[in-house]
Amino acid sequence: MHFTPITPYHYLLLSAALFSVGVIGVMVRRNIIILFMSIELMFNAVNINLVAFAALYRHEVGQAFAVFVIAVAAAEAAVGLGIILAFYRNKETLNIDEMNLMKG
Amino acid sequence: MLDAIAFYTLAALILAFAIAVITARNPVHSVVFLVINFLAVAIVYIVLGAEFLAMIQVLVYAGGIVVLYLFVVMLVNLKRGPEAHQDPRRQTGAGVGLAVAVLAELTAILAYTGRNPLPAVVPAASARGPGGNTEQLGWLLYTTYLIPFEVASMLLLVAMIGAIVLARKVD
Amino acid sequence: MMPLGFTRLDFYYLLPELIVTAGAVALLGGDVLLARGRHRLLTWVGLAFLGAAAVALAFISGREGTVAQGMYSVDGFAVFFKLLFLVAAALTILMSHRYLDVEGARPGEYYFLVLCATLGMMVMAAGVDLVTLFIGLETMAVSFYILVGYIKPSRRSNEASIKYFLLGTFSLGLLLYGMSLLYGLTGSTELRTIATTLAGGRGGPLLALAVMLLVAGMGFKIAAVPFHAWAPDVYEGAPTPITAFISVGSKAASFAMLLRIFFEGLPAFRMDGLGTIFGQPLGWTYFFYVLSIVSMTLGNLAALTQNNLKRMLAYSSIAHAGYLLIGIVAATPRGVMAALVYLMVYTFMQLGAFAIVVLMRRQDVIGDELKDLSGLSVRQPAAAVAMLIFMLSLGGIPPTAGFMGKFSLFAAAIESGYVGLAIIGVLNSAISLYYYVRVVVYMWVRREEAAAPPVVMSRALALVLIVAVAGTLVLGVYPRALFDLAQASASTLGRADQALGLLR
Repeated sequence: MHFTPITPYHYLLLSAALFSVGVIGVMVRRNIIILFMSIELMFNAVNINLVAFAALYRHEVGQAFAVFVIAVAAAEAAVGLGIILAFYRNKETLNIDEMNLMKG
Repeated sequence: MLDAIAFYTLAALILAFAIAVITARNPVHSVVFLVINFLAVAIVYIVLGAEFLAMIQVLVYAGGIVVLYLFVVMLVNLKRGPEAHQDPRRQTGAGVGLAVAVLAELTAILAYTGRNPLPAVVPAASARGPGGNTEQLGWLLYTTYLIPFEVASMLLLVAMIGAIVLARKVD
Repeated sequence: MMPLGFTRLDFYYLLPELIVTAGAVALLGGDVLLARGRHRLLTWVGLAFLGAAAVALAFISGREGTVAQGMYSVDGFAVFFKLLFLVAAALTILMSHRYLDVEGARPGEYYFLVLCATLGMMVMAAGVDLVTLFIGLETMAVSFYILVGYIKPSRRSNEASIKYFLLGTFSLGLLLYGMSLLYGLTGSTELRTIATTLAGGRGGPLLALAVMLLVAGMGFKIAAVPFHAWAPDVYEGAPTPITAFISVGSKAASFAMLLRIFFEGLPAFRMDGLGTIFGQPLGWTYFFYVLSIVSMTLGNLAALTQNNLKRMLAYSSIAHAGYLLIGIVAATPRGVMAALVYLMVYTFMQLGAFAIVVLMRRQDVIGDELKDLSGLSVRQPAAAVAMLIFMLSLGGIPPTAGFMGKFSLFAAAIESGYVGLAIIGVLNSAISLYYYVRVVVYMWVRREEAAAPPVVMSRALALVLIVAVAGTLVLGVYPRALFDLAQASASTLGRADQALGLLR
């Protein structure tokens, strides 16, 4: 069996597919925690892109960028889950469609 | 040959578990699938010669962030499934629109790479011996990227204070 | 010992940011150390640090160059925006002084987060590197996610916070994917290197995709249609001073970042180079052209039917994003200058309008409905006159600053050949008058509640209103100084492009 050599193009496709899965997750799910996990998948797709390009250019710039993305993901997770907890205490639901206090 | 097998196996794992994350009924299952997905991505980083990032991925993402998720999923012990209530106005059409956008994205990449073929990936670290690229990455973070690095430390402080502010009981 | 690649001078140029950071940390410490009941002091501590940062800013204005190995620029453009952010932050803190008492919220962490958001904005305006820009953006955004949900007993505040957080993070994902592609195409995260690398003609569909993702990501942040869905709910649910700060500071910072990315990073793709659409060459101004028209039109039409003052101002702010995009579509130094002028003017009139909403919030009244303003001309005549000035300015009536700002935007569009866009802008301004005048009608004509108890104004809030009214009127009657400043600032943004011969 013959395989073509693996190029950054393959990683780009993988990253694009992972990103799409994340975006579709955000669009179709209603549970806030799962929405947030889908966004984490998107961040991972970004990181795969960055690392693959860093390998292509043979430097570490992309990896440094990815370190920042991970730091931001950690900060977002801490704050996001705090917001979700505060919301849950008041309303006892995590369904995004039940957020309906404000209309217009 | 070997790298091709490794790549396709990892890609299949990553995508399969990503799909599992967004389709699972039970959020606890989603979290578990997310961990496996992150670990597979960490292996991709090693294949691409980013050992330090792989380590961070395991420690921070799989170890830290996902445990946080697990805590919250367990804390908000929902009395009824959050998917029970469905808003009839919710558009699934948006999902279809996105699928089209995704298709456009893939076509764009194909069209681009068709025109300029890219060289095969050679992990940069293999040339660097046992230390890997961690040292170079450290230099980069503490010289070129010093300003974003310091601002990121403020960002993490904000996140810490924010988590306390939000999770604290109203006094 | 100095960090590698840094000189002592670099720290001097970073002084405004360092002072704001020190202020944030001092507030956090003060919150712990001060005795209960003395926390009102923190307002003045925060203001003192903002003032000190403004003084430091004055020292570095007029200089030009980059520090920290080209990651961070010190130019007129950055100084202009930093001044705007410091003014907006100071007015926000003054507005919050009594508001927090009424809501029963703790001031320590609140002011800390306001200063951290300010720091993030300053980094967004000065960064010339994708990593710096996005870390600045996140510092601002995360601070705002927390601040929007700061009133924890309020379910509206909770909901707003969740929506802002989810949509903000999602948009960050899109933005980062676009940035990763941009890095992949050029091998650099520095905007100027990206510009020179791409000028060689590489790019194609992948670059078009990256630009689309960047436009979508930034579109969320400036609240342009169709990426505006979060704005009305977040504006309504957030604590009012924070709504004001988001609508002014976050919008201005996002515009600064947008200008940096597109004018410094992608100047060669202004009119073409991204493929074709309907047989015409496609450049990034095309996307902003469409966003501008739909934002103006839909924002104004939606504002017509609002009965909640904060929601109405939210839709009006969406429409204003549309007006501001005209300056970017024009893509000339003149257009950038007009956008800067309008952002500064918008800061005063929009903050002023929200200060009135803060004024109406009392112990037992939420006060953000339009009918709450009934008879304000009797109950608090000074506030009613101030609101009248803000509404006229937002609607673009002379001699207010709003008129000068809109005039320069439309003039820039006509100069660049976008006559149609200018006409749509003028028509939209006419539509918008309806709902701005409606506010005035409530204050003067509807007197049902005139018998209600008079509205008491605190000294801090009076100061905010005085500054906002002064800004709105002085910049309208004597706009020369602002125009000169904006002109000088806009030209420093173009400097990096001069090598490419694009901007002037």
